Amino acid sequence: MSRAALLVLADGRFPAGGHAHSGGAEAAVKAGRVTGAASLEDFCRGRLHTAGRVAAALAAAAVLGVDPVELDAAADARTPSPALRTAARKLGRQLTRAARATWPSDELDALAREFPKGAHQPVVLGLTARAAGLGAVDAAYCAAYESVSGPASATVRLLSLDPFEATGVLARLAPELDRVADRAVEDARCVVDEGADALPAASAPLLEIGAEVHAGWGVRLFAS
Amino acid sequence: MHLDHSHDGPAAVSADARRADGSRRALRIGLGGPVGSGKTATVAALCRALREELSLAVVTNDIYTREDAEFLLREAVLPPERITAVETGACPHTAIRDDISANLEAVEDLEDEVGPLDLILVESGGDNLTATFSKGLVDAQIFVIDVAGGDDIPRKGGPGVTTADLLVVNKTDLAPYVGSDLGRMAADAKAQRAELPVVFQSLRSEPGVSDVAAWVRTRLAAWTA
Ligand SMILES: Nc1nc2c(ncn2[C@@H]2O[C@H](COP(=O)(O)OP(=O)(O)O)[C@@H](O)[C@H]2O)c(=O)[nH]1
Ligand SMILES: [Mg+2]
Repeated sequence: MSRAALLVLADGRFPAGGHAHSGGAEAAVKAGRVTGAASLEDFCRGRLHTAGRVAAALAAAAVLGVDPVELDAAADARTPSPALRTAARKLGRQLTRAARATWPSDELDALAREFPKGAHQPVVLGLTARAAGLGAVDAAYCAAYESVSGPASATVRLLSLDPFEATGVLARLAPELDRVADRAVEDARCVVDEGADALPAASAPLLEIGAEVHAGWGVRLFAS
Repeated sequence: MHLDHSHDGPAAVSADARRADGSRRALRIGLGGPVGSGKTATVAALCRALREELSLAVVTNDIYTREDAEFLLREAVLPPERITAVETGACPHTAIRDDISANLEAVEDLEDEVGPLDLILVESGGDNLTATFSKGLVDAQIFVIDVAGGDDIPRKGGPGVTTADLLVVNKTDLAPYVGSDLGRMAADAKAQRAELPVVFQSLRSEPGVSDVAAWVRTRLAAWTA
């Protein structure tokens, strides 16, 4: 295993389509819930402990070899908003492409055949980490970090927020990211023994509602 | 773990000329250039000029709306299922150069759903003079500028003006009104581009897009040869 592969995968410039998505930040900005660094931090903290936690556990479970089809169904069940399911599958498909070109593997080929229109992104992320020779905790870190880095960089563009302030938000969340990643690995180990029902099901209703509202807008900067 | 491309199944790398089923994919041509230079108008004119002889489709990359796609739909240049809009998250150049995933997905879906296709035109959301298309996304690119944006743009150069496979200087009908010197633009473009071709066109008068359409036909003939 090369630890540096984690840097490649977690790099915001990894070409897997994330730049076009705001992780709910665009809807929250428009609704007046995110107006600056402080409210961005609240938003990111909420997303980390809900969607981020679930994504991290899904990704870690995929690394541990849990059936991706089972995990994908579990991700669907934990994503009430159809718009968010569509976005997650779109991003999953785009990550599948980037991953297969970057770390060719039979498992990723099989995933592409099973889900030609994309599996949920965290599941693909886990299989990508596996193909890259990374461990469950690495995948959990990537998923948890993406759950907050996406909204932070989107908010820089949406509010012209000072980029140093946005990065400061991410740095302050780092200790919580550690805890979420560790817990996700524990959850994933339970999934190996007990099945996908052991996955966390934390959810943020406002993220789901915001995503549905956002999908109906005629004018927007981000795809989700 | 090994990093070659020996894996089977659907093509992992989309620059591959063959699709998963072994057939040749469509030629992909990108249209880039500053906002308002006439990219969408050129796409519309190309569709009208080529749709009888070719099976074609269009991907637009709007910056914050679906306006380009909707313009093409309204003008009915192609049936709606042949036009797809990609969202770019406020970074149109990223979507055509640094992270081309959403555009690749769009071109592949078009080939799957309305194919077989001969040609897919990919219009950039419009950006500054440094924005160019990745070779992983398109086979050739057209850079569209206009005479009203200032006749010193060819002299300033930049990756689009200098390296695009075809440079189009659009809206020549406006040159007298904005005081642009077409001769100077042609000489500057020649200096920047050496042998690479340049077309001056006005879509407001005959022969409109026909030089660009002829260039597209030549590229297509080379692609299918
Ligand atoms: N006078 C003139 N106007 C043009 C020409 N081509 C395009 N336009 C107009 O320029 C404006 C911007 O064109 P559009 O194709 O939307 O630009 P884009 O942003 O590059 O896609 C529209 O109002 C077009 O009708 C041309 O050759 N001459
Ligand atoms: Mg346009």
